[in-house]
Parts: sequence; C-alpha cells; structure tokens
Amino acid sequence: MNEKQTVLNNKKNIRRRNGKAFFTGMRDGIPIALGYFAVSFSLGIIAKKAGLTPFQGFLASLFTNASAGEYAVFYLIAANATYMEIALITLIANARYMLMSCALSQKLTSDTPTYLRMMLGCTVTDELFGISVARPDALNPFYTYGAFALASPCWACGTSLGIIAGNLLPLRAVSAFGVALYGMFLAIIVPPCRRNHVLAVLIPLCFAASYGASVAPLLSSVSSGTRTIFLTVAISAAAAALFPVKQDEEAVE
Amino acid sequence: MNHNIYVYLAIMAGITYAIRVLPLTMIRRQIQNKFLKSFLYYVPYVTLSVMTYPAILHATQSPLSGAAALAVGITAAWLGASLFTVSAACCAVVFLLELLL
Repeated sequence: MNEKQTVLNNKKNIRRRNGKAFFTGMRDGIPIALGYFAVSFSLGIIAKKAGLTPFQGFLASLFTNASAGEYAVFYLIAANATYMEIALITLIANARYMLMSCALSQKLTSDTPTYLRMMLGCTVTDELFGISVARPDALNPFYTYGAFALASPCWACGTSLGIIAGNLLPLRAVSAFGVALYGMFLAIIVPPCRRNHVLAVLIPLCFAASYGASVAPLLSSVSSGTRTIFLTVAISAAAAALFPVKQDEEAVE
Repeated sequence: MNHNIYVYLAIMAGITYAIRVLPLTMIRRQIQNKFLKSFLYYVPYVTLSVMTYPAILHATQSPLSGAAALAVGITAAWLGASLFTVSAACCAVVFLLELLL
C-alpha cells in the first residue's frame, strides 16, 4: 500500500470513529433532550413574563444553553435591569461552567485542535458535561457534539413553546420529565461508588451539605448557582486535600 | 431608560461562551499538581450531587414522588442500568405515583 493510501485509510478510520462517537452521544442525549424540553418549557413561561417573543426565546436558549443563568437574566430583563447587571448575573450564575470546563480540559488528549475545543465550549452544560466526563478514557469531542445536536434544539424549541403556550402540557407530564435530568445525574455519580469508597461517602455528604445550604440562614438567600459553586469548591478542595487521588485509581475511571 | 432585548441576549450569550471556552482552549496539558488533579477529579461528582439533592424533591408536584424517583434512580444506577434506563425509571415512577396521589 502506498503512502497516500495509508493516509486516506487513516482519515477514513478517524471519520468512522468520530461518526460512531457522534451517534453514541446522540443516544445518550435522548434523556437529556427530554429533560431539557420539560425544563425549558417552564423557562419559556418566565421568558414570556420578561416580554420575550418566541423568536427571542429561541435565540436566547440556542446561544446560551444555561438554565439557571437564563432564568436569572430573564428575571432581570423583566425588571428592566442595566446591561452591567445582566453581565454580572451571567458571570455569577454560570461561573460553575468554568470549573466544569477546567475538568473537561483534562479529559481531552493534548493534541485536540483548537477549533474542536472551541466547538466543545458551546456544549458545556451541567448535563452534557456530566455524560462527557463519565466517558471511559479520553473524551472524543464528537460524542459531546452528538448529544448537543439533539439536546440543544430541544432546549431552544422548548423555550419558544413555553412562551407560545405556557399551560398546554399537562402538569403531570412536565413533572415526570422534570426528573429525567436528575435520573441521569444519578446514573453518573452512583456506579463509581461501588469501587471507590471515598466517593461512596462523599456523595451522601454532598447531598446533606446541599440540603443544609438550601435552608441555612445566609446561604439559602443566594442563588442556587452561586451555592453550587461554593459547595463544589469547598467540598472538592477538602476531598482533594484529605484523599488525594492515586494515579492508577484515576486510570480506572 | 429602555434597553434592547437583543443586546441583553448578546451580553448573556457572549459572557457564557467565554466562561465555557477559555479553560478548554487555555489548558492544553495534563495538570501534574496532585492537589489540583484530585480537585478536578472530585469536581464533577460533587457538582452533580449538589445539584441533584434537594432539587429533585422540588422538580415534581409532590416531594414524595421526587423522593421516590431518587430512591429508584440510586437503586437502578447501583445495579448497573444505563443512563437512559435510570432516567426513564425515574420518570416512570413519578408519572405512576402522581396518577395515584
């Protein structure tokens, strides 16, 4: 086989691998898309109160993809806030994505090109981050793109639909879809506990701390996004100091 | 003063994208520092845990069905069910319970 053919074959293999990752991502994106649809529908109801048209709601969700962040911004738009206030609240409500993005950067092989990293940047949401970081070995960004390709339009359309027809879906259906996201989170955090005893103790502790923070006098008054950052930094730092991860342990994940 | 909604949305989208893309493009190597490595290893688990509870209790019409979904989700995940199965099981439990409640 000559050199040109080898290169062509390699390219073909990479394309095939990326395609496979993309479809696996789409499959894993189904529960996310369903959950997004339900959540964004209720987000649309708030967007309507802020005076957004269905088209504006669609744009907002397509380009931002952030539940708590959008919620906070719509809330402020309704109050005719300044541009500066919008910028600040966006920064605070979405700062956790920076942590996730840092963690995700460690899942990529160091030769992942910049344009793929920039595309991956669009996809960092709680849920897509969750399934991406749970991949065995290094992350093929196309996996995340696949899930994003399904979930993001659902998020955007759900928002528009929420603006158009706030009370169309029966409450029971919305309520049931609402837990799809949490079910997914559980599917990510629970299985490693069987092997890793630190995580088996840490996760119930996180539940308790999160509950505590949601009722504590000072902490309960800040937004849930800020609370999430605070708890994530504090608990992860404590865990890292007390139980540093061994190399081989990480390799198993 | 009147504000343009499109400017609002552009600010929101621009800042959110910057937050997401900067670490991914700036951090190109495997971090060697043991503490930082461990910290980033724990971040996803802690974040997802913190976001799951107690929020799951408020995601449904009654906290009871939320709690049932939590129990079913943990059990199914522990037994090794796939992402989709765990998620669907949680939804099914809420749907059934709220038919009865």
